[in-house]
Amino acid sequence: MSISIHSINKTFGSYKALEDVSLEVPNGSLTALLGPSGSGKTTLLRIVAGLEFADDGPGKILFHGENVVGIPAGKRSVGFVFQHYALFRHMSVADNIAFGLTVLPRSKRPAKSEIRDRVHELLGLVKLDGLDKRRPHELSGGQRQRVALARALAIRPKVLLLDEPFGALDAKVRKDLRRWLRVFHDEINLTTLFVTHDQEEALELADQVVVMRNARIEQVGTPQEIYDRPRSPFVYEFLGNVNKLTEPNGVQRYIRPHEIEVLFAAEYDPTTDRMAKIQHLFSAGPVATLGVRLDDGKFVDVELSRKQLEDLGLSVGDEVAIRSNPPE
Amino acid sequence: MGFTIAYLSLIILIPLAALFIKAAGLGWEEWKAILVSPRIIAATRLTFGLSAAAAGVSVVTGLLVTWVLVRYEFPGKRMLDAMVDLPFALPTAVAGITLTAIYGKEGWIGSHFAAAATWVKETWHPAGWIGEQINTWANFGAAYSSLGIFIALTFIGFPFVVRTLQPVMEDLGKEIEEAAATLGAGRWTVFRRVILPLLVPALITGFTLAFARAIGEYGSVIFISGNLPMKTEILPLLIVSQLEQFKYGAAAVIASGMLIISFVLLFIINLLQRRLDWQNR
Repeated sequence: MSISIHSINKTFGSYKALEDVSLEVPNGSLTALLGPSGSGKTTLLRIVAGLEFADDGPGKILFHGENVVGIPAGKRSVGFVFQHYALFRHMSVADNIAFGLTVLPRSKRPAKSEIRDRVHELLGLVKLDGLDKRRPHELSGGQRQRVALARALAIRPKVLLLDEPFGALDAKVRKDLRRWLRVFHDEINLTTLFVTHDQEEALELADQVVVMRNARIEQVGTPQEIYDRPRSPFVYEFLGNVNKLTEPNGVQRYIRPHEIEVLFAAEYDPTTDRMAKIQHLFSAGPVATLGVRLDDGKFVDVELSRKQLEDLGLSVGDEVAIRSNPPE
Repeated sequence: MGFTIAYLSLIILIPLAALFIKAAGLGWEEWKAILVSPRIIAATRLTFGLSAAAAGVSVVTGLLVTWVLVRYEFPGKRMLDAMVDLPFALPTAVAGITLTAIYGKEGWIGSHFAAAATWVKETWHPAGWIGEQINTWANFGAAYSSLGIFIALTFIGFPFVVRTLQPVMEDLGKEIEEAAATLGAGRWTVFRRVILPLLVPALITGFTLAFARAIGEYGSVIFISGNLPMKTEILPLLIVSQLEQFKYGAAAVIASGMLIISFVLLFIINLLQRRLDWQNR
């Protein structure tokens, strides 16, 4: 089910949390709301869920063409996964997952056996078979997160909303779970909107990335578009390391560390290149990072593969020429 | 560890042991004579019954008050929050005299209450135990009756519930409520199935504290109760009256009996607590 957001405003007192925000989330997509804290991304997610209401006005939120403004969260059939999971700690894993089904009015509530079957099906789906009798405190962070996901999916939501889904996990689990969620999304194919402040996460996971800043949407596009053709200096800087470089012809440009080519000083071409001196050199890992100082005293970060570094045979103090090669 | 044991021995164990030693000075026959006397039995019933009832009411009102204090912002909230502690700080005799003045027949509330009781008495002429109560209320207002004792015990027990509940409720956060709401639960279902079960251990603790305090309460009750033998006489008062007659042994026996009952009750509550708490973890 697609989500269309039309000119939504939200103010908290005198603070503007969202200003004229419009967005299309295509059916079946995995869309990331990416931005620094205070950019309004979580507020937008909560408004879509119905946990927060937009300011009065012409703003609309459509689920598959149907306006849901004014409909409370419980009637929107959205699955919401909270940053800290918000599991019911006095209930077992199975009871947590079944909660959304057991609170249905009696006429719509499935039979007990049916609920049990659904819980087991969901436990299988999130790879937690056999943990149904555990309590939340007996689970790891990653397991809790998947319980929260299963609980949200139990009500067969039309859209899935995740608030900082990996925010509370350590780095290793975060990476694994990220991959898993991508595969999982492709299996269940449910329109999913998630909030993150981690650009790497957004770029790796999402079909569509929405960059937000100061209550507004800055840019919407595929990860590749956003990364390669940022529409503003803000997006450029937010999506990874970037150098501000003045080229020999006087043009100022933003350039990513890996888009800079390192050449021997002898290959220096004054029309395109700048001379630089290597200040430091990190080569632990697949990618080596050079910190070089330009002739005007500015520092620039350069990334190159270990292989290139070895071929060039560089060390700290060497003079090199650098050339920017932005993507076409 | 060593400090804890030494300290607890000094302020709790040794005095209690002394109490039992004193009580043991009397023979079994004397024990029996004191403990099964009708006056003691009536006072025991009254003390434990009213203490439980007052603690029960404090749990309900304490829950409501704490809810408002934690969940809502309003002018004067901090004043109100500070006021909750007043029963802790006020000398109990002052509380007893004040409550008597307010709830007695001449008091602000007591006068209306007495008028209402008079009306009920003249309209329906209730008989039996209820008739007797209403008769007392019509004559004395809410004071000088078991209702008066109940009011005093509610007054002193209430802050225990609020203060045990408050931090737990503040810790709950809004997320679990919102989670339940997105899953389709209505407000009442959220309260009943999510919030209340998480508060139960704190509610039981609050009840226990209020109950234990009410059992031992002396100062405020003696002013408002009227201290009629068999009717509005509480156990601590009986202990004091034994002491005034220099019957230290008898006083120790009553105190020991009270202590044993309290201990058994607190033990049972503790077991219950542990069961429920285990479910909550």
